[in-house]
Amino acid sequence: MKKIKFATAWLGGCSGCHMSFLDLDEKLIDLADKIELVYSPIADVKEFPADVDVTLVEGAVANMDNLELAQQIRARSRLVVSFGDCAVTGNVPTLRNKLGVDDLLTAVYHEGPGRHPTGGDTVMPKLLPKVLPLHQVIKVDAFLPGCPPDADRIWAAVSALLAGEPVVLEPEMRTFG
Amino acid sequence: MSVVTLTINDELVSAQEGETLLSVLHERGIDMPTLCHLDGLSERGGCRLCMVELEGSARLQAACVTQVQEGMIVHTHSERLVKYRKMILELLFSERNHVCAVCVMNGNCELQWEAAKIGMDHVRYDYLNPDLSMDASHDRFVLDHNRCILCTRCVRVCDEIEGAHVWDVMGRGVNSRVIIDLNQPWGTSQSCTSCGKCVQVCPTGALSAKGATVAEMEKQHNFLRWILDGREKNVWSYGNGK
Repeated sequence: MKKIKFATAWLGGCSGCHMSFLDLDEKLIDLADKIELVYSPIADVKEFPADVDVTLVEGAVANMDNLELAQQIRARSRLVVSFGDCAVTGNVPTLRNKLGVDDLLTAVYHEGPGRHPTGGDTVMPKLLPKVLPLHQVIKVDAFLPGCPPDADRIWAAVSALLAGEPVVLEPEMRTFG
Repeated sequence: MSVVTLTINDELVSAQEGETLLSVLHERGIDMPTLCHLDGLSERGGCRLCMVELEGSARLQAACVTQVQEGMIVHTHSERLVKYRKMILELLFSERNHVCAVCVMNGNCELQWEAAKIGMDHVRYDYLNPDLSMDASHDRFVLDHNRCILCTRCVRVCDEIEGAHVWDVMGRGVNSRVIIDLNQPWGTSQSCTSCGKCVQVCPTGALSAKGATVAEMEKQHNFLRWILDGREKNVWSYGNGK
């Protein structure tokens, strides 16, 4: 059987969803038989490849890099899943949305304690005016809430996706937070 | 009291005249989502989650403030109603900063659970991300406007049960806020008795015990039944022989 081309991506989030993904433990071995991991923070791949079947996206869209990667993911994936609360709702990263970007950078880096860093303007990706949930930037096919979604939720969603079925989680498995 | 007969979801049902439709639906075991309703408090009809369709009426009615009537034909879970309930919940989530992951009520929140139950797995509206304050000036309790859904349970319990009427609502529409006395810090209130009833009835993390952190807050509603049974029937028990 041809292996399913599977990717995971990490935008504006804490990587907790990926940690939780690793909590699949022995199920990861079953998964490895069925999928080919073509892109992920836990795989050394630089460019998001073409013709991906399923991509789990962790994190909110917070800066230009996130935005570009999200658009690339959408263009090159058959199914895109919002993976965890940051992708689904924006979650903790959106707490900065009440502040303007300049005010935020000033408060954190220039008025913060110690010597403020320099050169950030050229090296760091530009922050978007507001942090957005993934579905406000690209079309999303399924949502997997949770902060992080625990391994059971991830398995319920991933096994449905691998079977070509729609992701329908039980109420207990679709709470935010 | 006389009995009326009505039809709920194609089933004939009898009920006491004067009863609210919501209490009949609850008695029948029909799962109606509610947020502003709480057994023991007056009804407000504010959250609109318990809206039903009544045949012969173009308008939807909130079951909590609708009395049963002879011959009423009620639908509780039509496609349209479920769609609207989901929209209401999405609008509540988008209006303030309900960040479940870092909320004291995570795991125990009524808003969080109603959303999960109805299948709201994302919010289609733009989040407003308003800049809202917290009031931690009280010795024992904290008010967080970021989580408030304006259900007014705090207002009603303080007025109707405690008799202090500390809470009110100020402003209109999206600018509405629950306020203490004449809109002053909680810690400076002279009318607040620090009984904590408002905290216990609050469905979300808007009111919490000071010192509680993420997912640590749990709330108890059974004191309401205890007080009301005591007042009305002179029975001072939790109703199960204890």
